[in-house]
Amino acid sequence: MDGDDDHSAKMIDEEIYANGVGEEEKRKRPIISGEQLDIEAYASLYTGRTKITRLLFIADHCQNNQTMQLEALRMAYDEIKKGENTQLFREVVQKIDGRLGPDYSMDSAWCATVDRRAEQKKEKLENELNAYRTNLIKESIRMGYNDFGDFYYAHGALGDAFKHYVRTRDYCTTSKHIIHMCMSAILVSIEMGQFTHVTSYVSKAEQSQEVVDPIVIAKLRCAAGLALLEAKKYKLAARKFLETNPELGNNYNEVIAPQDVATYGGLCALASFDRTELKNKVIDNLNFRNFLELVPEVRELINDFYSSRYASCLDYLGNLKANLLLDIHLHDHVDTLYDQIRNKALIQYTHPFVSVDLQMMANAFKTSISGLQKELEALITDNQIQARIDSHNKILYARHADQRNATFQRVLQTGGEFDRDVRSMLLRANLIKHDFNLRASSRKL
Amino acid sequence: MDAVEAVVTQIQGLSSSAGDLTRLHTILKQAEESLHSESVRLFSALDQLDPSKHSLGFLYILEACSSGPVTKERASTLVLAISRFISSCAAEQIRLAPEKFISVCKRFKDQVLLLEAPIRGVAPMLTAIRKLQVSSEYLTTLHPDFLLLCLQAKSYKTGLSVLHDDISEVDQPRDLFLYCYYGGMICIGQKHFRKALELLHNVVTAPMSTVNAIAVEAYKKYILVFLILHGHFSTNLPKYTSSVAQRNLKNFCSPYIELANSYGTGKITELEAYVQANREKFESDNNLGLVNQVVSSMYKRNIQRLTQTYLTLSLQDIANTVQLNSAKEAEMHVLQMIQDGEIFATINQKDGMVRFHEDPEQYKSCEMIEHIDSSIQRIMMLSRKLTAMDEHISCDPLYLAKAGRERPRFDLDDYESVPQKFNI
Repeated sequence: MDGDDDHSAKMIDEEIYANGVGEEEKRKRPIISGEQLDIEAYASLYTGRTKITRLLFIADHCQNNQTMQLEALRMAYDEIKKGENTQLFREVVQKIDGRLGPDYSMDSAWCATVDRRAEQKKEKLENELNAYRTNLIKESIRMGYNDFGDFYYAHGALGDAFKHYVRTRDYCTTSKHIIHMCMSAILVSIEMGQFTHVTSYVSKAEQSQEVVDPIVIAKLRCAAGLALLEAKKYKLAARKFLETNPELGNNYNEVIAPQDVATYGGLCALASFDRTELKNKVIDNLNFRNFLELVPEVRELINDFYSSRYASCLDYLGNLKANLLLDIHLHDHVDTLYDQIRNKALIQYTHPFVSVDLQMMANAFKTSISGLQKELEALITDNQIQARIDSHNKILYARHADQRNATFQRVLQTGGEFDRDVRSMLLRANLIKHDFNLRASSRKL
Repeated sequence: MDAVEAVVTQIQGLSSSAGDLTRLHTILKQAEESLHSESVRLFSALDQLDPSKHSLGFLYILEACSSGPVTKERASTLVLAISRFISSCAAEQIRLAPEKFISVCKRFKDQVLLLEAPIRGVAPMLTAIRKLQVSSEYLTTLHPDFLLLCLQAKSYKTGLSVLHDDISEVDQPRDLFLYCYYGGMICIGQKHFRKALELLHNVVTAPMSTVNAIAVEAYKKYILVFLILHGHFSTNLPKYTSSVAQRNLKNFCSPYIELANSYGTGKITELEAYVQANREKFESDNNLGLVNQVVSSMYKRNIQRLTQTYLTLSLQDIANTVQLNSAKEAEMHVLQMIQDGEIFATINQKDGMVRFHEDPEQYKSCEMIEHIDSSIQRIMMLSRKLTAMDEHISCDPLYLAKAGRERPRFDLDDYESVPQKFNI
């Protein structure tokens, strides 16, 4: 908890700092959304296995930055040493490959001790579980399976852990037990990347009555949001993150930090919501504001987007991009989300005008005219913007479809299609009739 | 000598009234054997008959003497005789013996092809079809042969005249397959892609119990024409297509489906590279010309897409976006498309700008109203036909027997609508 307090204190400091200085400097701040990722600050947001996997993810995805990679690996090494996962340990050592000096080399003795201890513990757990099973005490059996799950989870055998957690289900007697089972299963599934399991266990947990603990509800929202994000259902994901209540705090650090809720939710909302929804559900959302305060960049860029300051909004996005690419959950979606946000911005920009000067628009989006023209072209072809470009005078004209002509066109086309379809249908019917008659007559013979 | 003489006199005597003709028909059927054995000498007997008056008899004798193998010299005299006969014979007489007439015409086609002068067969075949047809909706066995001759003679226009009839009565599925396939090729030749697609579509979706070569070839062309017309292709056939076709056709046409996929990417260089790599396959299918048209249609499609996005665009930009080599080439393409009415635009040669316009059709002109009216009439006619056909089928005893037998297998809800007496 100390670390957490420390961190929030730092955040506040930075807030003050940020308010005091100009824009240019503000962007250089080394927090999770600043220019270069401060791995230590980032890692301190998380606990447990996800900390390690996130560090390893960073190490894997910043090949061009040696110091950062080694830093991440070093921290991962330290973190693993605290746990009991020897397999992961070996992997990390292999990745470090002696680059961090003798302190970070293969520690076979440690591995052996841990493994031996694990073997003993497993035996003990097995004996216990067997004893419980012969006695047929439901609660004890549940505990036994649960312990087994914890054991496997600690040792990195996620599949087995999942199996054992799920097995406790038959021995759950209260809804509290069920929720506990679901939360464990969700945790393991997220680690495994099995997001379909996540969805199903979230709904299972939500179905059980007496889910009154706001922290549990917040956790479930986050898990559901992550699953939807993975499934590329950004709008639904955004809604889940936005519904997360601020009680979440640092209670779900083994999966997600409150900063992440802000970033994921904010970006998904920007990419998929329309203006009114953005205003109602994001900007005016008191709950979510608490999260947004943690990541001022995201808050700023949402406000910029809403008040049509696209250049600064896109600037923020550009600065954030490198670090978002290092995020284990967002990595695959950054590009899609960014494209969607940019397209949304372009559409929103052109929407109220009958004609738009491309030069001015290009300035607003900090791009060249030809680049802008390309983007607009794609959007027009996609029928997302109803307009045509006058590339000679560099003006975009809104195009109002002539309903009357379009109707005539459609009618004639439909008529033609009907005509054609009926004729070929008659032909087919005739062929079938012929075939049928032929068969009937051959049967008679 | 006397047998032939006797038949000839019979023919001369019994060719006037309908009753006489039926008598003559039976006599001729009996004499068929002996006529065939005398086929060589018969030819001279034809001179004693008038093809317009004694059509039935003439037909039998002609059929007999054209049977058996023919040499080139003999073929040319026969072709002459048959074409004269076709043009002057009486329709009601030959309809008494349609199978004879068809076999004569088929031989006629073979001989024309043997003489390598398909053009000589086109006009007589058309007359033959018209004489044999009861109504223009009726597909005769001669239709495919006629279209084949048109194709060989490259007289596509004549072929089109037949293709504009709405066919709905069919005797032989094979006739329809060939008719639609050849018809599709003729329409492709005339660049009537819409009609061609319709005909090929009929082949591909026709009910069939086994895959046949005609359908496979038609499917290849269908893919290509579809690309030219619509710019995309999906291998999903409509659900009324026979399951055999749905399952198997695409396996026979993989280079074409690949082509369609490559077209779908919208990259002209990729498409051209693919065509180049598979040139031989397309060439051996005799589809290379059509494939090249597919490639050039991509330029058109890309230009067309520009008209939706731009009001003005320089020729150089057009050349760049659709990957043409020069502004000059782009100008040629745009010009051609304006001429064909595919886009509405004006070119300003002074500054090399193209200004795209909206479709000027306002749907206000008299012609347009007439066009719409005729479409409505047509559709009303079709819908009447459909109702008639529906009534006809629901009265068909064969159908009802089958439907009555099959019904009990379905839900009880369906059961009620079946007439009670057919349930047994």
